[in-house]
Amino acid sequence: MASGTVTSSEYISHHLTNLTFGNHPVNGWSLAHSAQEAAEMGFWAINVDTMGWSIALGVLFTWLFRKVAKNVTAGVPGSTQNFIETIIEFVDDNVKGIFHHKNELIAPLSLTIFVWIFLMNTMDLVPVDWIPFIAGEMGVHFMKVVPTTDVNATAGMALSVFALIIFYSIKQKGLGGFLAELSFQPLGKLMLPFNLFLELVGLLAKPVSLALRLFGNMYAGEMIFILIALLPFWVQWVLSVPWAIFHILVITLQAFIFMVLTIVYLAMAYDHH
Amino acid sequence: MNINLTIIGQAIAFAIFVVFCMKFVWPPITAALAERKKKIAEGLDAAERAERDLQLAQEKATENMRKGKEEAAAIIEQANKRANQIIEEAKEKALEEAGRVKAAKQAELEMEVNQAREALRAQVAALAVAGAEKILEASIDANAHAQLVEKLAAEL
Repeated sequence: MASGTVTSSEYISHHLTNLTFGNHPVNGWSLAHSAQEAAEMGFWAINVDTMGWSIALGVLFTWLFRKVAKNVTAGVPGSTQNFIETIIEFVDDNVKGIFHHKNELIAPLSLTIFVWIFLMNTMDLVPVDWIPFIAGEMGVHFMKVVPTTDVNATAGMALSVFALIIFYSIKQKGLGGFLAELSFQPLGKLMLPFNLFLELVGLLAKPVSLALRLFGNMYAGEMIFILIALLPFWVQWVLSVPWAIFHILVITLQAFIFMVLTIVYLAMAYDHH
Repeated sequence: MNINLTIIGQAIAFAIFVVFCMKFVWPPITAALAERKKKIAEGLDAAERAERDLQLAQEKATENMRKGKEEAAAIIEQANKRANQIIEEAKEKALEEAGRVKAAKQAELEMEVNQAREALRAQVAALAVAGAEKILEASIDANAHAQLVEKLAAEL
């Protein structure tokens, strides 16, 4: 797509702009025609590509796992069941190793996080121009195919995890216990404001770090793919192939880190300090 | 890169997927895994038990075979003994029979000899008397000389 009519910076910003639908002050409810229009829509706008791709991948994940779960057998497993079981056992081992309380939500939550984020990250390995090009031919101007390069997607999940942290903290320790934990340590009752400040920062850092770590890694990876795509087509593979192979590690690792940190945070919500 | 409604949409989608996973995906698969684990444990247990049983059976079989061999040897020995005994008995009987037959024959023989001797004696007596008669050409009272003739015959 790096043709003469499009400059490099236009190409890059085009690839980093979501397909946003929202209420524009001038155009009313419409798809944004530029990054600036999308920004002018403010909060009441939705990134159609992020939502579409993430839901499609989530449906793919639930459909595949549900298909296996419906025909699951305790006897000799087929190859698909074997594959799914490997993932489930991997997640289950991690949950059991970190989280020692009884909770029916944590394991499926971790599985969803791991597989869903992995699938969303995997979209990064699709050559950066393919889907935007097809979408462009179909009249859609912007198409960001990796949902995890949209901070909304990662923050949405991180905030959900944050809500669960608060919920389980209060459920396990009571509201008073939770507030006491925030107020009376690490330095005792006399230093209450200091303690509160410290603990609140620590608490808020959890969702922020979850969201930004995943977003930052994927955004940076995507950016590098876009930069490589600016090279002449006959030399792109020299850089894109090694970067893609390295990225296989990154996408798995980021999904894994998000999952493990979620389990750790929820285990901390359960534990009394 | 603006924060907008997508953040809430993502949270909702996330919640739906998690709930779906919790209700319809996780329980059946983990249940199957647990069941397989149990099955494998049972299978291993059964295999171990079977192995132990096999060992016991083998020991028993060896024991039985040894016993059978011993019994067979005992029977053979007994049979040999009995055979020897029968042979001995038969030999003895045969000897006895032979002795008896021999004795009977001897007795018969003796009787015949005696008979012959008696006959001979009688004939000799008669011959002697006839001879004497011829020699003497006189009648001799057989009764009067019977004693003499008897004596003569006994010396024969």
